[in-house]
Amino acid sequence: MSERRQPLFLERESYRQRRTTDAARLLPVLGFLALCLPILWGGEGGLLTSVGVIYLFGVWVVLIVVAMVLARRLRRIDAQQDAPD
Amino acid sequence: MLSFNTLIAVCLAYVVALFLIAFAADRRARQGKFGWLRSPLVYTLSLSIYCTAWTFYGAVGYAARSGLEFLTIYLGPTLVMVGWWWILRKLVRIGRSQRITSIADLISSRYGKSNLLGVIVTLMAVIGTTPYIALQLQSVTLSFAVFAGSAAPDKNATALWVAAGLALFTVLFGTRNLDANERHYGVVTAIAVEAVMKLFALLAVGVFVVWGVADGAGDILARIDASPIAGWELKPGRWVSLIFLSAVAFLTLPRMFQVMVVENADERHLSTASWAFPLYLMLMSLFVVPIAVVGLDLMPAGSNPDLFVLTLPLSQGREGLAMLSFLGGFSSATSMVIVAAIALSTMVSNHIVMPIWLSVARQGATVSGDVRQVVLTARRVSIAVILALGYAYYRVSGGGAALAAIGLISFVGVAQFLPALLGGIFWRGATRMGAAAGLLTGFGLWAYTLFLPSFGGSVILSAELLAQGPFGIGWLRPQALFGVSGMDPLVHALFWSLTLNTIAFCVISLASFPRPQERLQGAQFVNVFDHNPNAQGWVSGMAEAEDLLVMAQRILGPEQAQGLFSREAARQGKAGYLPDISPDFLQRLERELAGSVGAATGHAMIGQIVGGASVSVGDLMAVADETAQMMEYSSQLEAKSAELERTARQLREVNEKLTDLSVQKDAFLSQISHELRTPMTSIRAFSEIMREGGMTAAERAKYALIIHDETIRLTRLLDDLLDLSVLESGQVEMNMQTADLQDIIGRSVTSAGGDGCLAIHRDPVREQVVLVTDPDRLSQVFINLIANACKYCDAEQPELRIRVRSKGGNIEVDFVDNGTGIPAKSQPLIFEKFSRLGDQRAAGGAGLGLAISREIMANLGGSVIYLPGQGGAAFRVILPVDGAASTKSKP
Repeated sequence: MSERRQPLFLERESYRQRRTTDAARLLPVLGFLALCLPILWGGEGGLLTSVGVIYLFGVWVVLIVVAMVLARRLRRIDAQQDAPD
Repeated sequence: MLSFNTLIAVCLAYVVALFLIAFAADRRARQGKFGWLRSPLVYTLSLSIYCTAWTFYGAVGYAARSGLEFLTIYLGPTLVMVGWWWILRKLVRIGRSQRITSIADLISSRYGKSNLLGVIVTLMAVIGTTPYIALQLQSVTLSFAVFAGSAAPDKNATALWVAAGLALFTVLFGTRNLDANERHYGVVTAIAVEAVMKLFALLAVGVFVVWGVADGAGDILARIDASPIAGWELKPGRWVSLIFLSAVAFLTLPRMFQVMVVENADERHLSTASWAFPLYLMLMSLFVVPIAVVGLDLMPAGSNPDLFVLTLPLSQGREGLAMLSFLGGFSSATSMVIVAAIALSTMVSNHIVMPIWLSVARQGATVSGDVRQVVLTARRVSIAVILALGYAYYRVSGGGAALAAIGLISFVGVAQFLPALLGGIFWRGATRMGAAAGLLTGFGLWAYTLFLPSFGGSVILSAELLAQGPFGIGWLRPQALFGVSGMDPLVHALFWSLTLNTIAFCVISLASFPRPQERLQGAQFVNVFDHNPNAQGWVSGMAEAEDLLVMAQRILGPEQAQGLFSREAARQGKAGYLPDISPDFLQRLERELAGSVGAATGHAMIGQIVGGASVSVGDLMAVADETAQMMEYSSQLEAKSAELERTARQLREVNEKLTDLSVQKDAFLSQISHELRTPMTSIRAFSEIMREGGMTAAERAKYALIIHDETIRLTRLLDDLLDLSVLESGQVEMNMQTADLQDIIGRSVTSAGGDGCLAIHRDPVREQVVLVTDPDRLSQVFINLIANACKYCDAEQPELRIRVRSKGGNIEVDFVDNGTGIPAKSQPLIFEKFSRLGDQRAAGGAGLGLAISREIMANLGGSVIYLPGQGGAAFRVILPVDGAASTKSKP
C-alpha cells in the first residue's frame, strides 16, 4: 500500500529488484550451460584432467561470487516484500 | 602405528564432546538464548550432511577410478543452491507456513493430506536410505580396520557398536522435543561442528598432500598430467545426468529436506547458504583430485583408493593427520546417519505408526497426552529399527563392492519424489492420484532397472532375466528397457524411471479430479507467497491453547472467547486464560464454534489446530476473519434494520404527538386569543366608558381598578409565557444551593395560601431532607401543584396530602388530593401548555402552570409526573438529592 505512494525513483529501484530476481533465476541455467560446455570441447587427443580441474573450479568460483552478490541484494528485496503491504 | 586403543579413546572423547555440545546447545535453546544457534552459518554447515563418508572417503576413490566425474555430485547441489530463488525459497516457505515435518509430510499434505502418499513416500525413503546407512557403517568399519591392522576386532562387531552408539545419540537428541516441527538445536549444532571437522580434516590432508608430499600447485598439475587419470574421459550422458541427478537428490533426500526445510530457523539463512554452501562443497572437492593422484602414485598397486585419505598420511608417517582424517570420516558418517534416522523416524512414526495406532486405539485420538507419548516412543523405536536395518543390510551385503555403488542408486531412488514435489508446489492441477501413480511407476522402474540388478546376478533377479528379459521378452530387459541398449545402466534407469514417472504423474493428474481438500492444499502450496507472508513457527502445548484462543476470539468475539477460556481454565484449577487442551474443553469449544460457523466448520477448525494441522493457522485465521467479517456485517445489517424499525416507531410516535400538538396548537391559539381577548375586551370597554366621562370619582376609581386588574392578568400571562419559553430553551440558570426540603414545602404552602382552601397533611419527619437544588424554582413547582389542588379539588372537604420519601439517590414528593382526579384520557395532556381541563372558570392561570413546572423540574435534573390510581389527582415530583443531574441541559 505504502509503496504506491513512494516517489518515482523507487519505481526505478523496484525495476532493478525485479531484474535482480530474474538474474537469480538465470544464474543456475547459465551455470549448467557452463558446466556442460566441456562436452562440446572435443579436440585432438581428448581432454586433460588438469585443464578440466582449472576450468570447473573457475566456473565454481564465479558462480559462488555472483550468487553472493545476488544474495545480498535479494535479501533486501525479500525483506521488503515480506513487509506488510 | 597408533594403537587401536588410542584410536578408541580419541573416538570416544570426540563423541563425548559432541554429546556435550549437543546438550549445551539444547539447553541454550531451551532457555531461549538462541544467538548463534540460529545463525546462517550453522544453517549452512548443517547442510553439509550432504557430504557423507561417501564423499569424504569415496570422492577420492571415485576420482581415482573415473577422474573428474566425481565433481558432478557436488556441482548439481551447487546449481540448486545458487538457483534458490526458483525452488528452495518456495520449499522453505511452504515448509514453514505449513509446518511440514518431512518430505513425506510435504507430499502427503500437498495432495489433500493423503495418508496413502505418506506411506508410499516413507517406504520409498526407507528403502532408498537404508543402503546408504549401511554404506556409512561400512566406511567407519573400514577406517577402523585401517588403523587396527591385524589387531582389528570383528568388523561386524565394530559396525554393531557404531550403529548402537548412533542410535543412542539420535534417540537422545533427536527425540527430546515432543514436536517434530520444532528445531533440534542440539543435533544441528553437533552437525555443524562435525561439518567443520570434516572440512578441516580434508583440507588438512589436502594441504599436506599438495605442499607436504608434492611441491605445490604447479607440481600437482604436472602430476595430474602424468597420472593414470590424466585424460578426462568425459561421457556426456553420464556427465549431464549425474549433475541433474545430484541436483534432484539434493532436493529430495529425506535428510537434506530435514536440515534444509524442517530445521530452517529463518528463511533469510537461505540467501547466505546460497553462496556459502557451494563454497563449502568447492572446498570439500578442492583437494580430491590431488589426493587421488598422489595416492595412485605413492600407494602400492591394489590398495583401496577409497581409503587414500586415511592411508596416505599413514604411509607418510603422519599419524596425527591420519587421526584427524579418521575423525573427519567418522564425522561425515555419523552426522549423515543421525539426520537420516531423525528424518526417517519422523516419517515412519507420522505416516505409518500413528495411523495404525489411531485406528487400533479409537478413543485414543482424544487423549492428547497419550498421543504424544506414543509418537515419541514410535520415533525412538523407528530410529533403532532404521539403524538395525542399516546394520542388517551391511551384514547381508557383506560390505563388499556392491555397497560402493549404492550412493548413486540411492540417489536415483529418492529422485523419484521430484515430479510429485515440483508438480505439487508449482502446478495446481497436480492430484493425489497423479502423484501416487508417478511415485509408484518411478519407484517400480527404479527397483526393476537399477536397485534389484545392483545386487548382482542371481541374488534377486536371475542372470538369465537380466540378459534375456522376463519370460524371454527382450524389450523388457531391466537394463535395456524398450530396446534402449547401449546406455549406461545408471543413466538408463534414471531416464526411464523419471520420464515414465513424470508422464504418469501428469497424465493421471489431468485425467483425475482432485478432492476439495487437495484443491485447498494445492492452492495454498502453489500460492504460498500470496497466502502467508509471515508464517511463524508453531510451538505445541500452551501455544495450541493460545492459537485456539486466538481463533475462538475471532469467531466468538474477544469477551466471549476469553470468558469461555478462563472459565475452562478455572474449572481445571488454573489461573489465566489458557486451559489445558482437554477433550472436554475441545468439545465445549467446538460446540461454541459450531454455534457461530456451523458444526462442520467448527469441527474441522478444531481438528486442524489440535490434530497435526497442515492447513496453517494463518490460513484458518483468514477463514475465521472472513467469517467474522461476514458475521459482523450481517449483525451490522441486523442492527441497522432494528434501528430503522426503532426509528420508524419513534417517527410514528412523534407523528401522533405532532398531530396532537397541532390540535393543541390550534387550541392554544384560540385559547391565547381568548385569554388575551377577555381582558382586552374589559379594558377597552371600561376605558371607553371612562373616556366618555360623566361619572363619579368612585365609579372612575372602580373602573380604573378593573382595568388595572386586567392588565395585571395580561402581564402575568405574558410573564408565564416568557418564563416557559426561557425554560424550554434551556437557557435558564439554576441557582443551586443546599436547602432544607421542609422549609421549601412550608414556604410553598404558605405562598399558595393552601391552608385557606384545603386541609394539608404533611409528614414533618420525612420532610427533613437536605438537598442541593434551586429552592425558589422548586417552591415555584410546589406552589403550582398546591394551587392547582386548591383550584380543582372538587371534594366537599378538600384535602391535600404531601408525602415525602427517598428512593435511590432521588427524593419523591407526592401531592395527592382527595378530588375525582384527572380522567385517564386527559392525563397525557395536562403538562401541555394551555391544557386547562374542563372548568374555564378557574382563574389566575392560563394553563401554563404544569408546563412550567415540568420544565423547571427538567432543568433541576428531576421530573414531575402524574401519578394515577391514588384516589384523587396526584402528582409526583422527583428530584435528585445532590442535584448532580441538574446541570444536564434539555435534549
